[in-house]
Amino acid sequence: MTGLADTPIYIVGAAETPLGKVPDQSEFSMVALAAREALSEAGLGFRDVDALFTNYMGEEGSVQLGEYLGIRPRYAESSDMGGASFEFFVHHAMLAVAAGRCDVALVGYASRQRSRRNRKRAADAMDGSLAAQFEAPFGIHFPIGHYALSAARYMHQYGITPEHLAEVAVAAREWARLNPKAWSRDPLSIDDVMASPLISDPLRKLDCCLVTDGGGAIVIARKDRARDAAKRPVRILGAGESHVQWHVAQCPDLTVTPGIVSGHEAFGMAGISPGDVDVFEPYDNFTHGVLLYLEDLGFCKKGEAGDFIAGGRLRPGGGLPSMTSGGGLSYCHPGALGILLLVEAVRQLRGEAGERQVPDAHIAVAHGTGGLAFSTASTVVLARD
Amino acid sequence: MTDAPSLSDLGIADPTTELFWKACLERRLIIQKCRSCASHQFYPRPFCLSCESDALEWVEAKGKGTVYSLTTVRIPVIEALEPPYVLALVELDEGPRLLTNIDDGPARIGDRVTLAWRERGGLPPLPIFRPAGS
Ligand SMILES: [Zn+2]
Repeated sequence: MTGLADTPIYIVGAAETPLGKVPDQSEFSMVALAAREALSEAGLGFRDVDALFTNYMGEEGSVQLGEYLGIRPRYAESSDMGGASFEFFVHHAMLAVAAGRCDVALVGYASRQRSRRNRKRAADAMDGSLAAQFEAPFGIHFPIGHYALSAARYMHQYGITPEHLAEVAVAAREWARLNPKAWSRDPLSIDDVMASPLISDPLRKLDCCLVTDGGGAIVIARKDRARDAAKRPVRILGAGESHVQWHVAQCPDLTVTPGIVSGHEAFGMAGISPGDVDVFEPYDNFTHGVLLYLEDLGFCKKGEAGDFIAGGRLRPGGGLPSMTSGGGLSYCHPGALGILLLVEAVRQLRGEAGERQVPDAHIAVAHGTGGLAFSTASTVVLARD
Repeated sequence: MTDAPSLSDLGIADPTTELFWKACLERRLIIQKCRSCASHQFYPRPFCLSCESDALEWVEAKGKGTVYSLTTVRIPVIEALEPPYVLALVELDEGPRLLTNIDDGPARIGDRVTLAWRERGGLPPLPIFRPAGS
């Protein structure tokens, strides 16, 4: 089998939808706006799109979004991999374009979960599902309860402290302060995080991501398909994916995420090691998740991420700039952050991130997670050509 | 002739967990045991996750376990439980882990716990745990 080195595939356009609180758009119109912008960056239009990828846009998401955008794809997917779906889609779209099954792939998503207040706390009771039988009756918050059980076990097993978790929230906020589009931009200290109320021990309010409206779109193609591109295409060097459990009791080890597989796969395909990464865009749904990914992707050993990030390694000016948009903790968390991790990685590699630009960024990693207590993971390695 | 509705008809169980919830009505916690490799599993499946045998039987768990993880929930989630309360993963001595509650705390990760039952007017009681010796 020929490697992807023979058929380099690119992200040729990337854009955010309106973010924050969006009272004047629907989810579909939001995706349309972002998709138009992303396609125009590549010198393309809706009529050029022949592959469509989305999640959470209805029961048959790509069908509903395709109708709205006037796209009849020859390759389509709306798998639900939670918030990481969009990294999975980059993996799949890259392979489909390389195999010649499509030429221009559009990945899009938007949510108005803040405006609609439609986030649920519990599973639907009595629907006969396993979650309704064996999780919901015990009062588990979906998903904070699952993540709290993961955080508690991880901290117990490896001596990770609340201050270690707080450092992640502070790092995200320091980046958000450099991003005019970020939702939370006030100064934040470790003490502030520690003083925020416990929601589900050990997770405090400021260990948990935002609930905002938002979304984005990216376009994937060969470079020659974006000949008229206004913006620099960014090469997809590698991608990987995996998933483990849905029900938290079925996870064999809550201190290991499926990132251990997706990271290995993606870095292997890209031919890079963690030391090569200039910018890291982890899915910071909960602070301890970032620590787990750093371990599972091989930036440090298991149990050592707390010490690894001490001294501001993830903050602006640190050795591993991470969550450079401000992340799900301080920039935007529209229910599924994965698409925006990719948008930010692209902007950093193009050198268009303004005040928060990481100097000489050549390799960026977007690492998505989804589901309940890190059910899914997908890792995408991007490079400036 | 019409049968009384099953627990699965009522949405309380599914056809593979009907026996489990019926056992709960008698305050018995049952899990599956593999006759081929002797490993236990829960929730039930038509094959053994360890050796893929289909020779499975229901056995009663001893009702002893160890706390694998726990969290104190401080926000309201369901009507039946008023925060704060303890949500936990308990590893049964037989092996499988259950999501459950720990009443009559305090409890910490690694603590030994014993099976207890929470009544749910009209529905099968729920298997919960309390600190061993309490
Ligand atoms: Zn077996």
